[in-house]
Amino acid sequence: MELVYSLVEIIVKNIVVVLVLMGFVAYTTLLERKLLGRLQVRFGPNRVGPFGLLQPLADGVKSFFKEDIIPEEADKTLYVIAPGICLFTALSMFAVVPFGGTITLLGREIKLVIADIDTGLLYLLALATLGEYGVVLGGWASGNKYGVLGALRAAAQMISYEVALGLAVIGTIILAGSLNLGDIVAAQQSGMWFIVKYPFGFIFYLVAGLAEINRTPFDMPESESELACGFNIEYSSMKFATFMIAEYAHMFTVAAIVTTLFLGGWSGPWLPGPVWFLIKVFAVIFFFIWERGTYPRLRYDHIMQFGWKVLLPLTLLNVVVTAALVAMGVI
Amino acid sequence: MAETKYMTINMGPQHPATHGVLRVVLELDGETIVKSTPHIGYLHRGIEKIMENRTYQQAQPLTDRLDYTSGMSNNLAYCLAVEKLLGIEIPKRAQYIRVMLSELQRIAAHLLWVSTHALDMGAMTVLFYGFRERESCLKVLETVSGARLMPDYIRFGGLREELPDGFIGMARELIDDLPRRIDEYETLLTENVIWKRRLKGVCPLSAEDAIGYGVTGPMLRASGVNYDVRKAYPYSSYEEFDFEIPLGTEGDIYDRYIVRLKEMRQSVRIVRQSIERLPDGPIKADAPEYVPPEKDEVARDMAALIRHFKIMAGGIRPPRGEAYASIESSKGELGFFIVSDGTEKPYRVKIRPPSLLNLGSISKMIQGSLVADVVAAIGSADIVLGEIDK
Repeated sequence: MELVYSLVEIIVKNIVVVLVLMGFVAYTTLLERKLLGRLQVRFGPNRVGPFGLLQPLADGVKSFFKEDIIPEEADKTLYVIAPGICLFTALSMFAVVPFGGTITLLGREIKLVIADIDTGLLYLLALATLGEYGVVLGGWASGNKYGVLGALRAAAQMISYEVALGLAVIGTIILAGSLNLGDIVAAQQSGMWFIVKYPFGFIFYLVAGLAEINRTPFDMPESESELACGFNIEYSSMKFATFMIAEYAHMFTVAAIVTTLFLGGWSGPWLPGPVWFLIKVFAVIFFFIWERGTYPRLRYDHIMQFGWKVLLPLTLLNVVVTAALVAMGVI
Repeated sequence: MAETKYMTINMGPQHPATHGVLRVVLELDGETIVKSTPHIGYLHRGIEKIMENRTYQQAQPLTDRLDYTSGMSNNLAYCLAVEKLLGIEIPKRAQYIRVMLSELQRIAAHLLWVSTHALDMGAMTVLFYGFRERESCLKVLETVSGARLMPDYIRFGGLREELPDGFIGMARELIDDLPRRIDEYETLLTENVIWKRRLKGVCPLSAEDAIGYGVTGPMLRASGVNYDVRKAYPYSSYEEFDFEIPLGTEGDIYDRYIVRLKEMRQSVRIVRQSIERLPDGPIKADAPEYVPPEKDEVARDMAALIRHFKIMAGGIRPPRGEAYASIESSKGELGFFIVSDGTEKPYRVKIRPPSLLNLGSISKMIQGSLVADVVAAIGSADIVLGEIDK
């Protein structure tokens, strides 16, 4: 009987989390457009529903009814799977992120995390790398030269930044002594947030994270003005929308990871855990939107240089220094 | 042995960063450009030929459609050429207003450039800031002519009509506001590390090359050559204004950006001077043969009515000869060469569009650079295809 209960629990948790997550992702697009509008002396969407609140819905319906085109040159199978890979990885990354403590429902203690696994961080890094395959394959399979260029850039960027991304989180592992995200949150609950103990790691993770989710100033694979949208140039209809959803889901997930690793996760006074979690996640998302409104795009080779010559040595040094400080008992 | 093959990629005519319908065929080795060939002509309307089949007045609206970001300047260049043919003297007031309007137009055009160039570089916000100010510039120009892009307000012999009431106040308000706005763009861009890395030392053009390709305007001055038609061959009383010619040193894209921003500040200065020193007097030359009378005069005076009818229906007949007049438009030296055979239609009109010659240097500039730089280089040349294809 216990097995059935836990199965039901897992299924219900999955469905609820995916639905809620998709809802937040949809409204993240609206938030981005509204905030960018504010930054750019315009209104942003305000026609569909009050304050444009139905805009994400309208966008979804619109892209659903668009003609779905598969170019003749395209490698059909890969072309169709690619957006799926992106969305799949972006969503499944969220599985290990704890978004609250435990609640008691129908006499059962329920942990507010889908998969409370001990290799959480490794799982995250692995999936993050996998996500780029969607971009690379999508660009390559569409049989368009701009798409190929976008895909190549995505591949190069992935290799340059995954390393730094991995190194940036090592400090948190040292501090928490665990790869489990729940334990990392617990370690911050008892002590200080890791952003205080390990500030440079936070900055490096944010930078590498921006590169990972392909946002300005690292939006190389897309780079609208150079490659005319890059990897998703040939995509239309729901496939394009899937890429878009994946992008925002990825952004949401990265913000959630930043929250968990550096900002104390769901912990906070007075308010319940999930509320704190959302507040922190949206603070990080606000930063992502804000910097998009401020910065120009870096050039491809500068990104490579920055990744290998600046970010990699600095993150390495950071790991060494943090390890030394922990060993000496300073932090 | 694997054979190395270059990828040929077609940039444009439908591409967000080619500023209209430019097509550049690039041969790429990875992302490095091996060879580039710009193709033009997608917007060819045969303006020069059409002008030869129109009377002098009818030909003028076509000039608005050359560089559609600076209609006033185009009108001015055309009118100067025709006035040279006619040999008429323009009253001081008209000259000052012409200067004022073409400088406002220059500001509007440069604002458009800053905005779109920043967008090409991925800095989306500057686009909206720039367009906000350009909008207020266009509003001021609109009160004068009733049109935002195709003013057709400067006519040979002077101006179409007197400035509307309240114009001076509007213009003053605008130029009082502008320097602060330009500071805003500078905050966002000038010292921005990413912006600098994207533009500094990218696609430089040496002074020799620039002169060799016939490059003019801010691009030439960014390469350190002090040539500005306003100073070198002053027209429309530019010699009476106090302003500087900003120069660059490296000739790279960053210098072009700096030069254009400084030029906007200088233009603000010129507009302010022309407002302060605006003389009173007529706005049309005293040349009854060529210049139509005022509208209210036509309604009252029989002779004026006949004169109006003669000029409008029959056109004007400049004496046999040829004339070349050039101005410093926002893009560079814009020249009109007109040959008259004594009839009411020009025998030949040749336009020297600055964008066309500036575009010529693109291939040289982007040789060996990256795809991302092509966008930056095309942007920095500030081309308008309406002027290139004519």
